Amino acid sequence: MNALNRRNANVLIWLLLLTMPFWMIALGGYIQLGTQVVILALAAMSLNFLLGFTGTLSFGHAAYFGLAAYGAAMTIKYLTPNTLLAILVGVCVGTAAAIVVGGLIRKLRGVYFAMVTIAFGQVFYFIAFRWNTVTGGDDGLTGWTRQAIDLGVVKLDIEHNGELFYYVTLAFFALGTGIMAVLLRSPFGRTLLAIRENERRARFLGIPVERHIWLSFVISCVFVSLAGALFALLNNFVDPRFLRWDQSGNFVIMAVLGGMRSFWGPLVGAAIFVVLQDYISSQTENWQSFIGLFFVLIVLFFPRGVLGIIRRRVAP
Amino acid sequence: MTLLQVQNVSRRFGSLVAVDNVSLTVAAGELRAVIGPNGAGKTTFFNLISGFFPPTSGTILFEGRDVTQVPADRRVAMGMARTFQITEIFPELSVRENLRIPVEVAAGLRLSPLPSRARDRATAARVDELLAMGGLAEKADRLVGELPHGDQRATEIIMSLALKPRLLLLDEPTAGMGDQETHDITQLVRKLHRGQKLTIVLIEHDMRVVFHLADRIMVLAEGAVLAEGTPAQIGADERVQAAYLGKVA
Repeated sequence: MNALNRRNANVLIWLLLLTMPFWMIALGGYIQLGTQVVILALAAMSLNFLLGFTGTLSFGHAAYFGLAAYGAAMTIKYLTPNTLLAILVGVCVGTAAAIVVGGLIRKLRGVYFAMVTIAFGQVFYFIAFRWNTVTGGDDGLTGWTRQAIDLGVVKLDIEHNGELFYYVTLAFFALGTGIMAVLLRSPFGRTLLAIRENERRARFLGIPVERHIWLSFVISCVFVSLAGALFALLNNFVDPRFLRWDQSGNFVIMAVLGGMRSFWGPLVGAAIFVVLQDYISSQTENWQSFIGLFFVLIVLFFPRGVLGIIRRRVAP
Repeated sequence: MTLLQVQNVSRRFGSLVAVDNVSLTVAAGELRAVIGPNGAGKTTFFNLISGFFPPTSGTILFEGRDVTQVPADRRVAMGMARTFQITEIFPELSVRENLRIPVEVAAGLRLSPLPSRARDRATAARVDELLAMGGLAEKADRLVGELPHGDQRATEIIMSLALKPRLLLLDEPTAGMGDQETHDITQLVRKLHRGQKLTIVLIEHDMRVVFHLADRIMVLAEGAVLAEGTPAQIGADERVQAAYLGKVA
């Protein structure tokens, strides 16, 4: 895909995202659905920073997503009703956990890395599940809502205005994906690509591979944490399933479904996933088997994901 | 001046002694060949020098500093680059992109998180210079994985060169190549040695290449040093002929 095509794709995607509240309703959707797509897309794109652009599969990203969700929720519930502070605390909590876990597992590769990320994720899940007095346990953490953001000049009433909350979410999405896009075009980003393409060669070009994988893991977790904090705010609720392994699996499915070799692939994957889930779950309780079937078909016949198909069509 | 000094290194894998008490001293500007029959421990010896794994015993000094326990990537940063018997490149990237990464690493940019047009121009100029040196300018935008074996190998050597090493380790640079490709790679290695005064240690199977290029030759057999000397001395050595050259002829 040449530079012009890429620019067109970017313009198209941002136009669609910016106008979403206007066409979503017309298509029979609702605002929260769009907000959910944007948040989960941010999570899947963050995962893909590590998976698609560093070549390292984490199957435990929900841990940091969920930790940030709890961090944000608890800040509002127990500390102070400040939404921006809640997001900041959430991101810091998720990132701190990622720094520790990433440091411990950076020498593992392939399926071992993936397995240990699941294991650490489950540790956090069980803590959230058991620690009733603080986390609310299985019932989840309720009794709080996202608060209006007071910027001094204006007050953004995201508590009651769903459209406004969508645009605030989109701003955070733009910040997160923008930073990741810049990083991927930098010399540091190219060292990650080098590790993905050939780890041995990367090492013998003088790149300390473990340290760069650790950095990539942490960067990826910063933005999955941001997504987690926003997801808590969207639902005004957190429960332990936010950080369970099947949520991690959903992020991987979104990334692979959309195409993990393309920057926007996971966004497409998240949109398909969320819309399918929303539509099919209103028809049958077995919505997951349909998503699973769809996923298997895509992986079997279009291993480069949905965006991979479109690219092939566009390519001369 | 001594660039590399390997002192009595051994490496065991279980009960197998792959490298047995080998010493090697390489002067700056020298081109040293390491030869020996299959299974003589040549590649294991290279892996010890480059830090792929540490020796069981012995020490390795590079520019006077003890690097025996220094990890591979740090040795590269200290000025030691290597190629592999089975070419290690980025097959799904273009030749240009393959070269761009080591050029940026060599410029100390590996942690630089921001793109920069001005810097990219300097990088591109250096990449063009390297492309010309490797005779790869016309293929710069092709994916390396699609190029013939000889071009892939040239790319790997030039990538190592992009790191501005003071010691270049080449593991069988002409392995699996036809006559023309062997000739081209030999010319490239000679150009780096004579033109850039680069110190090179190479493992080689092709005797014509070795006797053509090397200042001195070390012969390994069953993990130990069998002989060491100039190409003329090695060619005349009866033990070498018995162990190695005799088998070839």
